[in-house]
Amino acid sequence: MADILFHIFAFMVIGSSFAVVYNHNAVNSALAFLVGLIGVSGLFVLLDSFLLAVLLILVYVGAVVALFLFIIMLLDMQGGERKPFSKATAAAALVGSALLAVCVMTLIRSFGGLNAAEAGSVVPVGANLKHYADLLFTSYLLPVQVVGFLLLIAMLGVIVLSKKFEGLEDVK
Amino acid sequence: MMEFYFELPLWLRLTVQGLAVIAVLFPLAGACSMAERKVSAWIQGRPGPSRAIVPWLAWIPGISLLQKLGVFHFTADGGKMFLKEDVAPGSVNKFYYYLAPLIAVVPALCTVTFVPFGAYWDAATETMKPLVLANVDVSMLAVFAVASLGVYSLILAGWASNSKYPFLGGVRASAQLISYELSMTLSVLPVFLWVNAPGGEGSLSLIHVVNTQAQPGLWGGMWYVFLMPLSAFIFLVALFAETNRQPFDMPESEADLVGGFHTEYGELKWGLFFVAEYAHMFVGSAIFMILFCGGWHPFPWLPLDTLLGWLGGIAPIFLNPVVSGVIAVGIFLAKLIFSIFVFMWVRWTLPRFRYDQVMKLGWQKLLPLSIGNLIFYAVAIAIIERS
Repeated sequence: MADILFHIFAFMVIGSSFAVVYNHNAVNSALAFLVGLIGVSGLFVLLDSFLLAVLLILVYVGAVVALFLFIIMLLDMQGGERKPFSKATAAAALVGSALLAVCVMTLIRSFGGLNAAEAGSVVPVGANLKHYADLLFTSYLLPVQVVGFLLLIAMLGVIVLSKKFEGLEDVK
Repeated sequence: MMEFYFELPLWLRLTVQGLAVIAVLFPLAGACSMAERKVSAWIQGRPGPSRAIVPWLAWIPGISLLQKLGVFHFTADGGKMFLKEDVAPGSVNKFYYYLAPLIAVVPALCTVTFVPFGAYWDAATETMKPLVLANVDVSMLAVFAVASLGVYSLILAGWASNSKYPFLGGVRASAQLISYELSMTLSVLPVFLWVNAPGGEGSLSLIHVVNTQAQPGLWGGMWYVFLMPLSAFIFLVALFAETNRQPFDMPESEADLVGGFHTEYGELKWGLFFVAEYAHMFVGSAIFMILFCGGWHPFPWLPLDTLLGWLGGIAPIFLNPVVSGVIAVGIFLAKLIFSIFVFMWVRWTLPRFRYDQVMKLGWQKLLPLSIGNLIFYAVAIAIIERS
């Protein structure tokens, strides 16, 4: 049963990821992204990480993608105006392929590295609220702080940008 | 009968259980539309719908009472939804146009999976066992997560309709729902700070919250609505906003948006939006009653276990698992119906906010208030638990 579910969710994730990239309509892409996130959260459930699964749905599906859609609808974005390749595309391709290479290397290294008995003894940290919170406040305290700071900067940036526009209202 | 049921495979039993809950919730959500008309009529001093009746039933004596209550009007209304022609405007995006009502109903009914709705007396262990479809430890988060998917139906309906008023409704809906989700989530945190004793495993289970409101003693038996009135108030206001009920029904305010996000929808598709709204109200009220009003316990300082113990002393039938379960679910449903009545009461009493007022209330009043409330209770609970 778990195997079948794993394949269903895995295909959901891969298929929708392709749909995100290849769709011309931004709304379709955002919704394909949403389906992919639901698939990932299903995979988390299969790994017994209920907390992570629920948090993924709550934060990403419930709020982040909704904001994406909100922006897409508000700006009424229609693709096709831009040039197909630019310098930014090349940089993005470089970063993307580097990330992919890291992923593939990790995958190849992990083959045969962890047997079933060892895998069974790993504590599912994402399953339990206490374990999860414990790690957030000990091992991963610095990353959490850094990410929080980044978000704060982004928020301040948005406020500064929108304030500027308000001042220029009569100029427009 | 019992043996036969327990011999069924697990997936079939779970399906039957899920369908049974939906079979109660779906008609109740539909019946609310009738209750809404009767309550509004009562508040405004009108008789309300009281005339529709099936001709050959009119001969039955005493049926005029049902007629006065508008029961036949409700069934006629429901039948009308199914029989109307399925019209779709030519300019819409067909796929998302038909998808939106489905997305409205599915999350609304799925949230019920995580909501405990009663308990039964288990004679073997002499305790109350909760009745819930999926007893997960993170049920509070799960309810919020699944309920937050409902926003997509409004966004998609507004966008797919490809016309101005639904579009404005969809944009308003997404802004409003995201704004009030914050205050709502922050307002329930004090409850979970209070129910999770230090050193414990830490649980977000709704069943645990109900159980902690049924302990002996002055503090143990107190419902959290008395202990944390501000949390309860913020949660209730945010709940009104999340369910798009007046005074927060920005997404469909008739006065300036025709019908809001469902302007282009008719017949059964519109009916699905309607049912989803009431299903959200039911689940939201259930969460409110569980968090702040003792769940299925009849009165503060009087848990259901004690009541059943007294009743069991009179007649042992009350300690039967089925009978005790029915009593618990009955008490819970009675609380829910009262809460739905409050929803209607507010709707027909308060005028609608303006859109900027909704945003100002959400971000400048409710959010700081809920953060302050959280800090106050965090400090207070820390002091109480130290001493």
